[in-house]
Amino acid sequence: MMLLTGCTQRVWNDPYPNSERVSNILYLSFLERPKHLDPAQAYSADAYALTAQILEPPLQYHYLKRPYTLIPQTLTAMPTLTYLDAAGKSLPVTVNPDLVAESVYELHVRPGIYYQPHPAFARDETGQPYYLPWRTTDRSQIHRWQDFKHFGTRELTADDYVYEIKRLASPQVNSPIFGLMSGYIVGFKAYEAMLAHVANKAGPNDYLDLRRYDLPGAQVLDRYTYRIRLHGKYPQFLYWLAMPFFAPVPPEVDAFYHQTGMAKRNFSLDWHPVGTGPYQLTLMDPNWRMVLERNPNFHGERYPSEGEPGDAAAGLLHDAGKPLPFVDKVVFSLEKEVIPNWNKFLQGYYDFSAISSDTFAQAITPDAQGQPHPSPALQAHGITLETPTMPAVGYVGFNMLDSVVGGYSARARALRQAISIAVNYEEFISIFMNGRGIAAQGPIPPGIEGYRAGVLGMNPVIYHQVNGHIERRSLADAQHLLAVAGYPDGRDARTGAPLVLYYDNTYTGPEAKAYVDWMAKQLAKLKIQMISRSSDFNRFQDKIRRGNTQLFVAGWDADYPDPENFLFLFYGPNSKVSSGGENDANYRNPQYDVLFNQMKYLDNGPEREKLIAQMLAILQQDAPWLFGYFPRQYVLSQAWVSPWKPNMIANNTLKYVQIDPGLRARRRVAWNQPVWWPLGILGGGVLALVASVGYTRRKRERSLAR
Amino acid sequence: MMTYLIRRLAYAVPILLGVNLLTFSLFFMVNTPDDMARMHLGIKHVTQPAIEAWKVQHDYAQPLFYNAREPGWRALRDTLFFNQSVRMFALDFGESDDGRNIGEALRSRAGPSLSIALPTFVLGLWVNIGLALMLVWARASWLDRFGIIATVVLMSVSSLFYIIAGQYWVAHLWRLVPISGFVPGADSWHFVLLPIVVSVMAGVGNGTRWYRSIFLEEIGKDYVRTARAKGLNESRVLFRHVLQNGLIPILTGAVAVLPLLFMGSLLTESFFGIPGLGSYVIDAIQAQDFAVVRAMVFIGSVLYLIGLWLTDLAYTWADPRVRFS
Repeated sequence: MMLLTGCTQRVWNDPYPNSERVSNILYLSFLERPKHLDPAQAYSADAYALTAQILEPPLQYHYLKRPYTLIPQTLTAMPTLTYLDAAGKSLPVTVNPDLVAESVYELHVRPGIYYQPHPAFARDETGQPYYLPWRTTDRSQIHRWQDFKHFGTRELTADDYVYEIKRLASPQVNSPIFGLMSGYIVGFKAYEAMLAHVANKAGPNDYLDLRRYDLPGAQVLDRYTYRIRLHGKYPQFLYWLAMPFFAPVPPEVDAFYHQTGMAKRNFSLDWHPVGTGPYQLTLMDPNWRMVLERNPNFHGERYPSEGEPGDAAAGLLHDAGKPLPFVDKVVFSLEKEVIPNWNKFLQGYYDFSAISSDTFAQAITPDAQGQPHPSPALQAHGITLETPTMPAVGYVGFNMLDSVVGGYSARARALRQAISIAVNYEEFISIFMNGRGIAAQGPIPPGIEGYRAGVLGMNPVIYHQVNGHIERRSLADAQHLLAVAGYPDGRDARTGAPLVLYYDNTYTGPEAKAYVDWMAKQLAKLKIQMISRSSDFNRFQDKIRRGNTQLFVAGWDADYPDPENFLFLFYGPNSKVSSGGENDANYRNPQYDVLFNQMKYLDNGPEREKLIAQMLAILQQDAPWLFGYFPRQYVLSQAWVSPWKPNMIANNTLKYVQIDPGLRARRRVAWNQPVWWPLGILGGGVLALVASVGYTRRKRERSLAR
Repeated sequence: MMTYLIRRLAYAVPILLGVNLLTFSLFFMVNTPDDMARMHLGIKHVTQPAIEAWKVQHDYAQPLFYNAREPGWRALRDTLFFNQSVRMFALDFGESDDGRNIGEALRSRAGPSLSIALPTFVLGLWVNIGLALMLVWARASWLDRFGIIATVVLMSVSSLFYIIAGQYWVAHLWRLVPISGFVPGADSWHFVLLPIVVSVMAGVGNGTRWYRSIFLEEIGKDYVRTARAKGLNESRVLFRHVLQNGLIPILTGAVAVLPLLFMGSLLTESFFGIPGLGSYVIDAIQAQDFAVVRAMVFIGSVLYLIGLWLTDLAYTWADPRVRFS
């Protein structure tokens, strides 16, 4: 009876409709609206939070296994790979990469997968598309997505995957990965040029039916099979096949959205993506709320039955074999401010919460070993904490083209090493990140092949071993290196002029000064003077592109869990100034480049690990970066959320989340009983004011009468 | 009257053109179309051909003000400024740089903004005038002195404090209303109650002080003395005479802002999760979405001009001696 009362009792501060009280709905918040949802354009975490639940690329990451493991998502098996030489002859898998002219992937789509209901699939009595062409009568009656009355579906085919690959090259779509992929997919550049020519003739926004234009690098073999051809060997391509860029797009949906009047009503792939995934987007109002609901046509998937050692004990295999997704609906509400977001989490109106620096002290209590735990108040609510390390690195780069900090001479190297010792990132993590990070010994974060924790992974240039622990080298070591570099006591030994370095950053807001002052303080330890050059994003990027920097603040988030995705940031041919690549420091070391070219073709294993260790040793000696920190994400979840495992690479993890809506409803009622007495006091105050005014009035009138 | 209004309408065209020109110049002085493209395309793997394609796709490939490749007047016509300005005068705001229809965004966001701004305006006016009249009525008494101190204190507090304190006490500690959020329709009262109360509270200090000084000036005038000499009681003097004659300065301040209520409030909407227009411009500036910035500046200018016209019209209603020529 009490349970029933708890579930049905209404509280006054509930921001959700009464009808949702005990529904199987997950409530989350978002800070910024996603820029794009079109799979060919979306390239940010806030977009993936939605698109990864809707769209299904051919591959996905196993939810529980570590290291991160790719598995088929819509395929019958992992893609088959054949290497061909220049004559088109098949080569063994272990062949020297230099001999590989082409990599050919064949992918077989599982039959029986259907798309979510969508108006583009609707057919009339004669079997013709209902909304293609979009009749004028319908056009005048349909203004919102809910106004569509006819929906349909169809089976997923290989053609849809190939169509999306072609879209990546379309100048109408302007995909951010076209530049990168044009170096690999056979005929991609020429295809883009041809499409640009066709689009110019047709009009920049007219519909181009890409099925009419063949792309040699992506071809349909039969209804369920397609082939992708790449130049040379590119093993990391499999990771790209797990990203929404390679999710299927049905051509009729693209044609549907290109009709007159669609864009005006925000009916586009960018606003209403279409997929075969566990959820469909049913409300897209990024200024208020975005809602995912269970896709009734979802092909079905089961919760994994195997994971890492320890997963079973953590309760992560309790649901093994159960059908996914667990939650019927996911509601994302816009919360632009930290405080309301946090207070609503405390009231039970959000199921998960990140922790901002404003609420950190209230949320986290470290134990005697310094390990973070939810504060006693949160623990009393049954709130739990996960602290995964993100596959990302925050760093300060040295511009290797700069005449003072750049270059490869012993002096320049010593200068960078001295600064690397002096800038204390343990302190930075403690002050600015509330301890939510790990000081980096190199560019590869935990969870990625090549990372080694503790003494094994120590950067011997910056740290040394003391009683089995690693410790930052002393300031005396840094001063010695600075003297070797020709700047004893922070002054040029030849001219006596003080060493002044420019520090480029994009810091804004009230915390900017604290960041800049901290860095100035670090350099001042070596008596190096620092001038901060804070600029907006555009100016900063412009300086980086031109190589007009000395020290600059930057960061990198992994696209996929492979060391190549971090080590390529130092590969000479990727230099920002010379080629516009992602090597912002413009680092170029021939020995490193040779090792990189060997490493990138290898599978994970001892041989690759050895090469990575050599590459890291070169980087540590050359010190082209201050290897800042690997950020850790602190995520709180409510007591009614079943045990879950953070997966920092996969984005399609909402299907694994399970909640107990009954417990949530009872806790919300218990936590949110209204307090009425302040209103009584307020009412009393108003009455007292009215009474005193009345009293004054009577008094005045009487005094006038006298 | 009609001649006056037509003349004002004619003045509006060069003003709007000037505002548009200024917006163009200032925006592109800071951001080039290349910068905008980079901002929209993101950080990773952005190439120059992608930037050029983005510019073509979003109509930023044309020259800004003068197209040297075109002969005659087409040199002015085939420019970004001309094409986009003409469209706006036809109230066609086109698409934002991320491809969303601006007109649709305005329509969907205006309602939530007005659901806060309009009640706040009306209630605020009513409360401020009521309190000001009460203080004037009780002038030189303990109530007046208390009122002055209270209004000065209320004026001195930042509006952000009212929002945070309101959310903390009313929504978090007392749990009487949701901390933030919104639903369209009749149920929205649940969500807009606290923002309205907080916004009214935030304006009480300023408004009451200002109206009190207006009414105090009026209450010393001869017609008030005459009214009292006729034997009218103090309430009638205040409400029938002082209030009516004090309306002109009140209208000057109030009517001019009436159309601008449509634009919403940045802080209130951000903290209370109201999906209004308040943050539309700020978000657009941060995202370097010039299409939205341009449209919102244009709409703001139009609304301001409408506000000024309404003020002029309100004068004739409040004071029949005022006539336009």
